[in-house]
Amino acid sequence: MASLRSPLGRARGLGSAKDGTHHWWAQRVTAIALVPLVLWFVVSAIGLAGASHAAALAWIGHPLNAVLLAALVVAVFHHAQLGLQVVIEDYVHCEAIKIAALLAVKAACWLLAAAALLSIVRIFVSAS
Amino acid sequence: MASQTSPGATKRPRPLSPHLQIYRPQITSVLSITHRATGVALAAGTLLLAAWIIAAAIGPGAYARVAGFAGSWFGQLLLFGWSVALFYHLLNGIRHLVWDTGRGFDLATMEKSGKAVVAGTVVLTALAWILAKAV
Repeated sequence: MASLRSPLGRARGLGSAKDGTHHWWAQRVTAIALVPLVLWFVVSAIGLAGASHAAALAWIGHPLNAVLLAALVVAVFHHAQLGLQVVIEDYVHCEAIKIAALLAVKAACWLLAAAALLSIVRIFVSAS
Repeated sequence: MASQTSPGATKRPRPLSPHLQIYRPQITSVLSITHRATGVALAAGTLLLAAWIIAAAIGPGAYARVAGFAGSWFGQLLLFGWSVALFYHLLNGIRHLVWDTGRGFDLATMEKSGKAVVAGTVVLTALAWILAKAV
């Protein structure tokens, strides 16, 4: 059967959304990263239950914890943004509200991730 | 004629498919929508994760407020709910990753893996809270 797609369009393989499998793939990559990171954080959080401010600073300030916590923050907020995007696209049918919600989610995820990362850096620098 | 076929001119709301309410709930569909619901709940839960890290960087006063909220009955209730959502989403997410390799799609395996996810969620949640309260 003859394809109606141009050879260039077929080679690029990006479809009508011009995004190809990028969203799907990014969701899987962050999911795979989060499996060990979440398990590590849950075990750490159990140990930190009721911890004092000094104990929390010492824990975050430890190089290994600082690196893994930063990785967790990046993967969590990226994964949350990708997931919430799909939920909004599925259920919000008014175009203006949909775009506003997508932008708001993206802004919130970026700002929270930036604030958390800068906080980790600040704690790490003052601890070392 | 053109005004009748253009979507913008439609007056009555058109029927939407699927009509979820006429289907008997099945373990496959219930676990599927639960994955989405727990994902949205966990997205809200990231606020507490961010608040804890940011408050630690700001100072003892801010940290005491976040820790006080997390230790209150309402904070503990939220944390319990988020821990259930986290373990469910984690285990069912692994189930999704297995599906991505093309395995486990026959109905018998699907129901078995679904039940394993629910059982695993109960066990991991209980284990985490027993350890958290014992430490």
